[in-house]
Amino acid sequence: MTVLDVNNLSVAFHTESGRLEALKQVSFSVPANRSVGVVGESGCGKSTLINAILGLLADNGEITSGEIIFEGNKDLARLDPTAMRGLRGLRIATVFQDPMGALNPVLSVGRQMRDIQYRSGLSKRDKDARSVAMLRKVRIPDPESRLTQFPHEFSGGMKQRIAIAMALMMEPALLIADEPTTALDATLEVATIELLKDLQRDIGCSVLFISHHLGVIAELCDEMIVMYAGEVVESGTTREIFNDARHPYTQKLLACDPARLSQRVARLPTIAGTLPDLRHRPSGCVFQPRCDRADAQCLTVPPAALIAGSHIARCWHADIPLERVRA
Amino acid sequence: MMWRTVRRIMREPLGAVGLTLVTVVVLSAVFASALTSYAPSKISPAERFASPSLLHLLGTDHLGRDLLTRVLYGGRVALLIALGATAVSLVVGVVLGLIAGYGPRWLDNVLLLIFDAVKSFPTVMLALTLVTLFGPSLYAVVLVVMLVNVPGYARIIRTQTLVLKSAEHVMAARSMGASAGRILRVHILPNIIGPILILISMDIPVVVAIEAGMSFLGLGVRPPTPSWGAILNDGFANIRDSYWIVIAGGLPIVLTTLGFTFFGETLRDLFDPRLKGRS
Repeated sequence: MTVLDVNNLSVAFHTESGRLEALKQVSFSVPANRSVGVVGESGCGKSTLINAILGLLADNGEITSGEIIFEGNKDLARLDPTAMRGLRGLRIATVFQDPMGALNPVLSVGRQMRDIQYRSGLSKRDKDARSVAMLRKVRIPDPESRLTQFPHEFSGGMKQRIAIAMALMMEPALLIADEPTTALDATLEVATIELLKDLQRDIGCSVLFISHHLGVIAELCDEMIVMYAGEVVESGTTREIFNDARHPYTQKLLACDPARLSQRVARLPTIAGTLPDLRHRPSGCVFQPRCDRADAQCLTVPPAALIAGSHIARCWHADIPLERVRA
Repeated sequence: MMWRTVRRIMREPLGAVGLTLVTVVVLSAVFASALTSYAPSKISPAERFASPSLLHLLGTDHLGRDLLTRVLYGGRVALLIALGATAVSLVVGVVLGLIAGYGPRWLDNVLLLIFDAVKSFPTVMLALTLVTLFGPSLYAVVLVVMLVNVPGYARIIRTQTLVLKSAEHVMAARSMGASAGRILRVHILPNIIGPILILISMDIPVVVAIEAGMSFLGLGVRPPTPSWGAILNDGFANIRDSYWIVIAGGLPIVLTTLGFTFFGETLRDLFDPRLKGRS
């Protein structure tokens, strides 16, 4: 069973300087009890994707086509706002990037954790008991006495764990994690990933994990999609993509990962060029202006080349394996 | 918490003066009847224009009324109007500001247009117009104060709301299914209490001045209700031979205004040290 099924989702923003196509024909699915990673550089549409799923697109944004099927029967792209609000926090929970800002600074942590259970119908005491249990699960020491404390009395890592606790409090079917470890240091990052893994197993939810950190995705996710300029350029299991990436963008992304460099370099490698202006998408393959494999064929939209199993790369030249790129 | 704030205010020279003045003014208004043995509107023609003495500490006016008594009772009127009118404008201003800041863009633009239109009206003209329409009364004063203050309050609350609207914790609350009302009540309003407190303490002197000014012009509180502005007006007519009446009317206005201004400025510095030394 799949928890989330995104089909041909396109999102456009109406700006003063014209129409901006932020997402184009995005398709992927999140199976039950699985973690799916979304990777891509800044501005590739990761946040737009989250907001589209949550029904929180900015006023000038609009889903122009496609569907977002949640739990098999609800199309989030067409759900009315009240029903959508009923799902947020209950069936779909979100953890954001900045642990410092995610909690209301003027309310005690206990009050905020109680507040978030307002739909549960539990008594105040039961809510607090659940808060304590949840805080213990995310390894906050001495949770009873910590309930009365305010966000500024916790460290950054603790705040992020509290945010995770609050997100998972109502045992959602889907947890959307928007770069939850980016603001943490390396040690905390590993600990938080481990925690997320454990909690996911405990609660039995699916995770949609957004990151631009390849190492974290490799650690946590079963499957992943690679996004570039609002399009899914490659998708498959994490193992398939890390071992056998076929899209030139993915290959370059992997080549740029400092953790995968085999020798010392004075300057870290980058991908030449910049993201295209989304108001004027390049014709054909969206990566073609930055691609050193581009030829005349690339001026027409590439097909989704099936590599193996569920592994798909949207490229005319998806037959060149990763090894040949590195060499 | 409260005592800590008081101690921090008292450590600033300006804050100490401000807090002391505010306390004295408030206490003397509250305990007016205990502080004097005269009735505020008791006329005694035999004692007209008595200069300050032990019997009448601030002297008497042209009707022989004890000025200290009238100043104390006038304080009640002034503070009542100041607090009442500020509270009313605050409620209206906060509601409109939250709507403008959080609501749809077109509503924001409409409200801003209204705020600016009202704000561009000179206070005196506004007062004259309203009093001509409704007649001089306490309510006319409150109405003028409201029209003068609400646009400013609403604008500040709107700006704060706009800032907080995109704050991470508000986004987080939204993504967790909080309703608009809940976000405004729980996640935005408590976070703008600080600026609101400063607004109140900075605006009370303005309201005191408006009340005194309107009463001075005969547009405010009706005689014989004691009012600082009315005392000032009485004193003006007789300034050549009875200087003390003007002093009795003017001094409390000056002291109250200064007290609340110092208090408000200190409070603002405590809440936001970056603004220190600016006005």
